[in-house]
Amino acid sequence: MTTPAEAHVEFQDIAKSYDGRVMAVQGLNLSVRRGEFLSLLGPSGSGKTTCLMMLAGFETPTAGAIRIDGRSVHALPPRKRGIGMVFQDYALFPHMTVEDNLAFPLDVRGIGRDRRRELVDRALRLVRLEGFEKRRPGQLSGGQQQRVAIARALVFEPELVLMDEPLGALDRHLREELQYEIRRIHRTLGVTIVYVTHDQQEAMVMSDRIAVLRDGMVEQVAAPEALYEEPERSFVARFIGENNRLHGRVAEVDGEVCDVEVGGHVVRGYRVVDCRPGDPVTLSIRPERITLHPEPGLFSNQFDAVIGHITFVGDHLRIHMETCGRADFVAKISNVVGQGAVLEGDEIRVGWTAADCRVLDYGGAEGAV
Amino acid sequence: MPRGRNWRPQLRAAGLALPLVAFVGVTFVAPLATMFSRSVYDAVVADALPETLALLEGWDGESAPGEDVFAAAARELMEAQEERVIGQVAGRVNRVQGGMRSIVAVTGRRLAAAPDGSWRETFLGIDPAWGEAGTWHAVRTAGERYTSRHYLAAVDLRRLPDGSIARQDEDRRIYLRLFARTFLVSLSITGLCLLFGYPLAHFIAHAPPRRAGLLLALVLVPFWTSLLVRTTSWIVLLQGQGVINDILVALGLVSDDGRLALIYNMTGTFVAMTHVLLPFMVLPLYSVMRGIPRSHMDAAASLGAGPAQGFLRVYWPQTLPGVGAGSLLVFILAIGYYITPALVGGSTGQLISNMVAYHMQTSLNWGLASALGAIILACVIGLYLLYERLAGTEGVRVA
Repeated sequence: MTTPAEAHVEFQDIAKSYDGRVMAVQGLNLSVRRGEFLSLLGPSGSGKTTCLMMLAGFETPTAGAIRIDGRSVHALPPRKRGIGMVFQDYALFPHMTVEDNLAFPLDVRGIGRDRRRELVDRALRLVRLEGFEKRRPGQLSGGQQQRVAIARALVFEPELVLMDEPLGALDRHLREELQYEIRRIHRTLGVTIVYVTHDQQEAMVMSDRIAVLRDGMVEQVAAPEALYEEPERSFVARFIGENNRLHGRVAEVDGEVCDVEVGGHVVRGYRVVDCRPGDPVTLSIRPERITLHPEPGLFSNQFDAVIGHITFVGDHLRIHMETCGRADFVAKISNVVGQGAVLEGDEIRVGWTAADCRVLDYGGAEGAV
Repeated sequence: MPRGRNWRPQLRAAGLALPLVAFVGVTFVAPLATMFSRSVYDAVVADALPETLALLEGWDGESAPGEDVFAAAARELMEAQEERVIGQVAGRVNRVQGGMRSIVAVTGRRLAAAPDGSWRETFLGIDPAWGEAGTWHAVRTAGERYTSRHYLAAVDLRRLPDGSIARQDEDRRIYLRLFARTFLVSLSITGLCLLFGYPLAHFIAHAPPRRAGLLLALVLVPFWTSLLVRTTSWIVLLQGQGVINDILVALGLVSDDGRLALIYNMTGTFVAMTHVLLPFMVLPLYSVMRGIPRSHMDAAASLGAGPAQGFLRVYWPQTLPGVGAGSLLVFILAIGYYITPALVGGSTGQLISNMVAYHMQTSLNWGLASALGAIILACVIGLYLLYERLAGTEGVRVA
């Protein structure tokens, strides 16, 4: 965690309720470092957009404080926060040309004509839209409109830029292209970006850090790799990437390792959650960490499995199997010669290490994401 | 098998539209055309006095015409008397020159089969006016089949006996002033509707769906209510012994004998017409405002614009098509409005269409009525074309 001194933005014990009963956000603490690209990731209703809107000033927190550069922005209206914002629907002004859209924030700040020209040109160069000055938003493609929206949020040189699912309306190809573009712009300008998305892959590709939100609370804040490799909560493990999940009760705790009884089998895992024998827990194993036909004794976890159907995905195979009492266990095997030589219906041994098997909180009902 | 283009389905489809085409033709195009033809074409006098008018062609116009003209006039006036069209003829001539109605009517009644001396003396015996050139000028003018005099009259002009055009006498100039008043009133009512309608439309367009539906219903229910009911409700509210005056008196703001004249004058016309026409402003504005996402105002704010700047530079320009469509609609409707001013306008709150109605129903000068109507129509079409031109292709079409 960062200390408040180096934090650009800080949410402190933020709660927000729209109707006084249901909490959209509660007890939220989060700090964003200066110059960092932080994504707020979560399913719909997790409060990520609410957080962004409170930071932008369009919503007022019910409790808690939001600080920018250490100063509470509670009393500041949106226009005085100096935050660039990219909206989900772009919010370009349809009656103005691209140039006028970009000049708008400069104009209302009373910036002189020459300087305005210069800044607009620079912003257009940044998003590679030179030559589109005189077009109207309606004459641009979705991707171009998004670039204009980004340029407009940056043109007045804010230090903090918020993006609310800006790529949601674009097709996959354009999304990937713009993800790269936004990343490039972030590196070029060094601004702080808070980015809201429900697409975990997008968050993984773009972010320095990701804050996973659930039901208005932060589940975990970490770099993409850490989030994937070392989820601290069963929700995060479920939400980021694919996981095999086993539910069981702790049988024995031994330092960082513990044994969990799962449907008559004892599975050894790496203990993330603080637990005592008898506690219900969830075990989470990435499909690509499962080895077929392990050499005996190599892994602490080795079990019998019955191969179900096998799906060919191109660069890998998805092998569905029944093991440890679960019929929906999946292993991903690289499409390399000699790997995964199994057939449907085979009875084999599978195995994984204790380190790849994370012991997490029970995390409630199955399938709730 | 040859495969030419098969027209039958298209013909059949076009055939389905035939009833409508016929309906519009019979109920709209034809009456409109006949009414307009009346503004320039009038054959009553020409049909009644063909020979007299033919003989007047050769008349020098300086003094009373010759005996042949009098003889022809006598015969034809007697005929007209017999066929009971003398009243119409008298009325037509009277429109050209005041006072001629009784002269022509009395002459027609008193002429006998044989002249008393010469026909000229007989005519002069009935009314000495027949000895004046002006009288015969009036007859000749009234006898023109195609005439511009209705249009001239509609703009307070008249044709002098020598054919030149002059302004009406001071006390007979009413139409130009009435046109000006109608335009001014319509413009003010449009302004009032915009003033009241814009915030209302804005409020409805950006209210939560449930409340928006309720408010829209409140706008629409009066819209669906009979115009007569709405107008007479205003009478109940505004009249001297009406609800508003009673409340003011009860509150002691107004003394009982000093009750405000809120109706049967221009105030009544303003209040009732603004109310009646308000939905025509609110609905186009509402539909345009609904299309403006909330994020636009948020974006303006996040970009540093204050509420006023955001409204003036982001919101207002985007509502202009609605403002244009609503204003045009209200203005066009107001300019031709008849029932409301007729009921609540009294004598000072009358508009040009009330004059059209007067000429249609009371004075029976259909020619002038249709000339006035044609001028209103031309103004409206002109305004619409102007609007089309200004709004370009981006504006919301009214039609």
